[in-house]
Amino acid sequence: MNAVLIALLVLPLLGAALMLAPIGDKRALRLGTTVTGGTLLLAVALAAGFDHGEPGRMQAVTDVSWIPALDVRLHLGVDGISLPLLVLTALLTFLCAVYSVKKLPEGPGGRAFTGLLLLLETGMLATFAVLDLVLFFLAFEIVLIPMYFLISRWGSGKKVAAANRFILYTLLGSAVMLLGFLLIGVQAGTFDMVKLADAHGAGLSHTTQLIAALAILVGLAVKAPAWPLHSWLPDAHTAAPTAGSVLLAGVMLKMGTYGLVRVLLPIVPDGTATYAPYLGAFAAVGIVYGSLACLALARTGAGGDLKRLIAYSSVGHMGFVLLGIASLTPTGVNGALFANIAHGLITGLLFFVVGAVKDRYGTADLDTLAGATGAALYGRAPRIGALLAFAAVASLGLPGLAGFWGELLAMYGAFDPAAGLSRPAFVTYLVLAGLGTLLTAAYLLVVVRRVCMGDPKQPAPVAELPDLRGYEAASWTPLAALTLVAGLWPALLLALSDPAVKHLLGSG
Amino acid sequence: MTTTHDLGQPVMTSLAVADPGGLIQSVDWVAVAPPLIAALAALAVLVADLFLPEARKRLLGWLSAAGLLAALAMLLPLLGGTRSTFCFTSGGCSYTADHFALAFQLLALGGALLTVLLSLHTVDAEKLPGGEYWFLLLSSACGAALLPAARDLATLVIALEVATLPAFALVALRRDGRGAESALKFFLSSVTATAVMLLGVSFVYAAAGTIQLQGIAEGLAHAPAQLKPLAEAGAVLTLVGFAFKTAAVPFHFWVPDTYVGAPLPVAGYLSVVGKAAGLSGLALVTTVAFRPYGHTWGLVLAVLAALTMTVGNAAALRQRAGTPHGAVRLLAWSSVGQAGYLLVPLAAAGYAGSADPLGATVAYALIYGLVNLGAFGVVALVGGSGRLEEFRGLASRNRWAAFALAFFLLCLAGLPPGVVGLFGKVVVFRAAVDAGLGWLAVVMAVNVVIALAYYLKWTALLFAPAAGPAAAPRRAPAPLSAALGLAACGAVVLSVAPQLVLQVVSGSLF
Repeated sequence: MNAVLIALLVLPLLGAALMLAPIGDKRALRLGTTVTGGTLLLAVALAAGFDHGEPGRMQAVTDVSWIPALDVRLHLGVDGISLPLLVLTALLTFLCAVYSVKKLPEGPGGRAFTGLLLLLETGMLATFAVLDLVLFFLAFEIVLIPMYFLISRWGSGKKVAAANRFILYTLLGSAVMLLGFLLIGVQAGTFDMVKLADAHGAGLSHTTQLIAALAILVGLAVKAPAWPLHSWLPDAHTAAPTAGSVLLAGVMLKMGTYGLVRVLLPIVPDGTATYAPYLGAFAAVGIVYGSLACLALARTGAGGDLKRLIAYSSVGHMGFVLLGIASLTPTGVNGALFANIAHGLITGLLFFVVGAVKDRYGTADLDTLAGATGAALYGRAPRIGALLAFAAVASLGLPGLAGFWGELLAMYGAFDPAAGLSRPAFVTYLVLAGLGTLLTAAYLLVVVRRVCMGDPKQPAPVAELPDLRGYEAASWTPLAALTLVAGLWPALLLALSDPAVKHLLGSG
Repeated sequence: MTTTHDLGQPVMTSLAVADPGGLIQSVDWVAVAPPLIAALAALAVLVADLFLPEARKRLLGWLSAAGLLAALAMLLPLLGGTRSTFCFTSGGCSYTADHFALAFQLLALGGALLTVLLSLHTVDAEKLPGGEYWFLLLSSACGAALLPAARDLATLVIALEVATLPAFALVALRRDGRGAESALKFFLSSVTATAVMLLGVSFVYAAAGTIQLQGIAEGLAHAPAQLKPLAEAGAVLTLVGFAFKTAAVPFHFWVPDTYVGAPLPVAGYLSVVGKAAGLSGLALVTTVAFRPYGHTWGLVLAVLAALTMTVGNAAALRQRAGTPHGAVRLLAWSSVGQAGYLLVPLAAAGYAGSADPLGATVAYALIYGLVNLGAFGVVALVGGSGRLEEFRGLASRNRWAAFALAFFLLCLAGLPPGVVGLFGKVVVFRAAVDAGLGWLAVVMAVNVVIALAYYLKWTALLFAPAAGPAAAPRRAPAPLSAALGLAACGAVVLSVAPQLVLQVVSGSLF
C-alpha cells in the first residue's frame, strides 16, 4: 500500500522530468494524458486498498528520516480526510489533461504545458499525502511555480499582472505560515504532524499557540481564500486558462482548508479556539460578500465576466467551508470537508463549461453573450446549456446534488458550535450564511436565465455554435456523475471523514 | 622557541641540549597539506609561466585546477579527527585542522576551484595575463584556506592578508579605467581595515599577554581592571577589521563598485571566498578569543547582522532592469544581504555562550558559496553589458542556463525547489530563536520576504517572452559549462539530500 502512495507522488514527477526531453508537442500532450491516467489508476487503487473499516487511522504510511539535523522526516500517509482529496486531485488533473489534448490554450506549446501540469499535480498530491510540517510547506510552495506560469503564459487578458498578484499573495501568506510551523517545531521539538496532532497542543504554551495559530491561519486563509484576503482570486481565475482555473478552484483552494483541518485544529487547539469566532465572522462575511459580488456581476449592463463571477462564487462557497471549520464540531468539520469535495467537483465542471463557452464566443463577458434576450444555449447548444444549468443548480445547493450536504452540515455545525464558543455569535453567522444561500440561488438563476435561455433567433456574436464535442463530454461527464453520486449517497464520503475528524478533534 | 636556560651551567653545555630532537618542531604535514598544496601550486604556476610559450598558457589554468583539486583531496585524510601542529611547548597550537577549519577550507578551495573553471574562458576572452592571474588566485585561496585553521592572532592576520592582497591585484587585472578604480577603492578600504584591526590586535595582546586565541580568552577573563578598557577597545577594533572583510554594513560601500569593476569570476570569488575568509576569522576571534565578552559582541553582531541584511536587500530591491551591470550590482547587494544572515548565528553564539550555533553559519556559508558562484557563472555566460534586461527570455535562447540560474536564485531566495537554500535559512533562523534573539529572527524573516521580490523578479524575467527576435544561441565554452553543471548538480544533490551539508549543524566544530 505504501508503495502505491509513493508511486502516486513519483509518477507525475517523473512525467514532468520527462518533458525536459525533446519530444513533440502532440506526443507530449498524449504522454501527459497517459501519466495522469496512470496516476488516477494509482489513486483508485489506493482507495480500493484503503481499509474502510478504520478511516481514522493513518494508512499506507512511510516514515523515513530525511534531514536528521532538523528532524525532518519523509512521512507520508492517508486517512479518511486526505483520501477523497487525493482521488479528486488525480481525477481533475486527468480530466484537464484529456481536455487539453484537444483544446490547448494559446501559449508556448504543449510540452511545457504538460510538464507544468504534471509538476502541479505532484505538488497538489504531495500536499495531501505528507505528514510533516516542513514537507507540507514544501508541497504547498511547489504548486505555485507551475500555476504562476500556467496563468502568465497560457492565460488571457491581464495575465502577467494576475499571475504576479497570485504569487505575491500566496508567497507572503505561506512565508507567514512557515514562521508558524517553525515556531511549533522549535517549541515542540518535532515537525511530525501525527505526533503533534496526538499531543493536542500539549508542550506548546498558550502564547506559542496563539502566535503560531495566527500565522498559520493567515497563511492558509490566503490560499482558501477567506475574505478579506481573497482579492487575488478573481483576477487569477479570469486570466487563467481553463485547465488552470479548474485546478485552481478544484484543488488548490482545498489545500488551504485541508491545512486548517489537518494542521490548525489538532496541533494548536487552544489558539484555534481563540480565533474560531473571528474565522466564523470572516467566513459569514465572505459568504454574503461573494454572493453580492456575483449578483452585481450578473446584472444586465454590469459587464461581468462569467469566469470572474464563478471565482467570486468560490469565495462564497469556501466561506461555508470555513464556517464549518470554525464551528470546531465534528458535524461542522465533516460538512466542511464534504463541501470541499463538492465544490471541487461542481466548480471544476462550471469552469470547464464556461471555458468552453468562452472558447466558442471568444469572450466570457456576460452582456456580450446574452445580447438583448439571452444567449439561448438551450436552443443553440442544448447539451452545453443543460450541463451549465445542471452545474449551476448543483452549485446553489439543490438537495440531491453534491452542493447540498456540505453546506447544510456546515450550517448545522454553526447552529450548535463547540463548547466554549459563543452560540449567539455563531447563530448570527448561520443567519448570514442562510441569507447567502438565497443570494447564491438568485445570482445562479440569473446566470442560467441570461446564458441558457433567450431567443435563439436573435443576432448572436458567433454564427456557428457547435454543441458538446466528444472530448468535452469525456472530460465533463465524470464530474457531473460524481456530483450526482455524492448528492444521493453522501455517506460514501462522510463515513470516510467522520472517524478521522473525530480523531483529529480529540473526541473519538 | 623557548629553551630552558640553566644559569649554573657553562655556556658550551647550554647549547648542547640533552634531547636535540625536542627542539626541532615536528610538523604534521598532512594537517597543513591543503593550504600548502595551494601555495605550491601557485609557485609552480608562476615558474611555469616563465617557460611556457604563449600558445600554451592555457595549460596554466588547468594546472591551477589540478592543484586545487589535489588540495581538496588532502582534506579527506583529515576527516578522522582534530589534528594540530606548530604547537608551543607551553601548550596551544597555531594551526588546528578541526571540523570548523575543514568546512571553511572546503569552501575556500572548492570556491577557488569553481572560480578557476569559470575563469578559464574569461582569461582568454578578456586577454588577462594568465600567469599572474592564476598565481594571484591560488595565493589568495591559500590564504583563505589557512585562515580558518589559524589559532593565534599573528597567523590569523597574516592569513587574512595573504587572502586579500592578491585580490586587489586580481580586481585590477582588467585593464580598463573601471578595473583600476575598483581596485583602488577596494585597496584603500581594505588597508584601512587592516590597520584598524592591527591596532586592535596590539591592544588585545597588551591586555591579555598572549596572541594565542585560547590564551586570550583566559587572559581577558583574568585581566586586571585597569586594562579592561584597553582590552574592550582592542576587541571592538578587531571586530571592525573583520566586519570590513565580510562587507557588513556600514563597512560595505566598496562592494558594488568593486564587483562591477572586477572580472566576473573574481567578483564571484570575492563574494564567496573573500567573504568566507573574513567570516571564519570573525568566528574564531569572537567565539574563541573574546568569549568572556560574549554578550557585548553578541549584541554588536546582532545589530550588524540586522543592518547588513536590511541595507543589502533594500539596495538590491532598488536595482532597475535597465542599469548597466545591473545583474552584478544586484548580486553584489544580495551578497551584502546574505552576509547579514551569515552573521546571525555568530551573534547567537555570543548570547548562547558556546560555539554551537556556529554550525548554522558554516552550513549556510557552504550553501551560499555554491549557489552564488553558480549565479555569477551564469551571468558570465550570458555576458553582454550585464543589464538585467538582457536576461529577458533567456529560457528560449539557452534553456539550461536559464534553468540553472533560476535554480540558483531560488536557492538564494530560499524558495522551493531551492530546498537547500530554504533549510539553510531555517537553521540560521533556529539558531537565532534558540539563543533568545526573537527580534533578530523577525528582522530576518522580513528580509527573506523582501529578498523574494527581487530574486523572483529576476527569475520571472528569465522565462518572460523574449522582447526582440531571438539571437542565435552562442555555444557556451566547455569549462564554463562544466563549472555551471558542477554547481547546479551540487545544488540539486544538496536539495534532495540536505543532510549532507546540514550535518555540520548538529556535529561538533572545534
